[in-house]
Amino acid sequence: MLHITTLHYLVVGAGLFLLGVIGVLTRRNVVIVLMSIELILNAVNLNLVAFSRYWQGMPVRMGGGATALHGQIFSIFVITDAAAEAAVGLGILIAFFRNKETVNIDEVHLLKW
Amino acid sequence: MAPVATPFFFYLLSGIMLIGGILVITRKNPVHSALALIISLLAQAGLYLMLYAPFVAGVQIILYAGGIMVLFLFVIMLVSIDRSMRERQFNSQWIVGLIAALALGGLFIAVYLKGNGLLPERALPALEADNTQRVATMLYGQYMFAFEIASLLLLVAIIGAVVMAKKKI
Repeated sequence: MLHITTLHYLVVGAGLFLLGVIGVLTRRNVVIVLMSIELILNAVNLNLVAFSRYWQGMPVRMGGGATALHGQIFSIFVITDAAAEAAVGLGILIAFFRNKETVNIDEVHLLKW
Repeated sequence: MAPVATPFFFYLLSGIMLIGGILVITRKNPVHSALALIISLLAQAGLYLMLYAPFVAGVQIILYAGGIMVLFLFVIMLVSIDRSMRERQFNSQWIVGLIAALALGGLFIAVYLKGNGLLPERALPALEADNTQRVATMLYGQYMFAFEIASLLLLVAIIGAVVMAKKKI
């Protein structure tokens, strides 16, 4: 328990992922659902950077070595993607709020049968 | 430079991160949730520094905590939260959601217990001085196409967000 291995980071990432999933599934406020989605993306980023650090210890002929920073590059792209998705999602929220004056996700039911 | 007190900082930062995550999903006031998420993101930047990724830690603080969360706070200010704070906070399917999340947690535990032998620990290089140069070399070299696609994605997102939030298109 005291020597920190890659598995410690993976378990923490999994815990954060579960918190985000619970937030998406149980909250009614749209803004908090969007923030829970950001929690999920952050958990994935932690996994990616932890594995990138692990791969720096692998031999070069297997794709590792000191320059094997693929996980960090991937996590930079995930952060960029999260920014774009948050912007569009919040724009949709503003448009929806202008029409219906509520941020309750149960009220988004105009397409129900 | 040898790392110092690694387990203490790992448990402290991951504890702050998980407590921030719990506060995000349980607070009634969305502003409290946003501030808890900012604290969680800063603790995660600390974890990135422990993983010898200083560039990703800097990007996380500047972009995520300083850009995306500020955007969230602006939108929370635009959308009136007084009415939503008086309503019921958790929807009626919260039991099913909790059971599904716990099943997913059980799946994670099973995967990590079974695959623990697949990650033998080797000696890791303790380099951090030229991480930004290496990231830049890879980003503008091997991942140049993905970089251009990401910039196109951001352009589409900007146009989409502006169109969605306008009063008259």
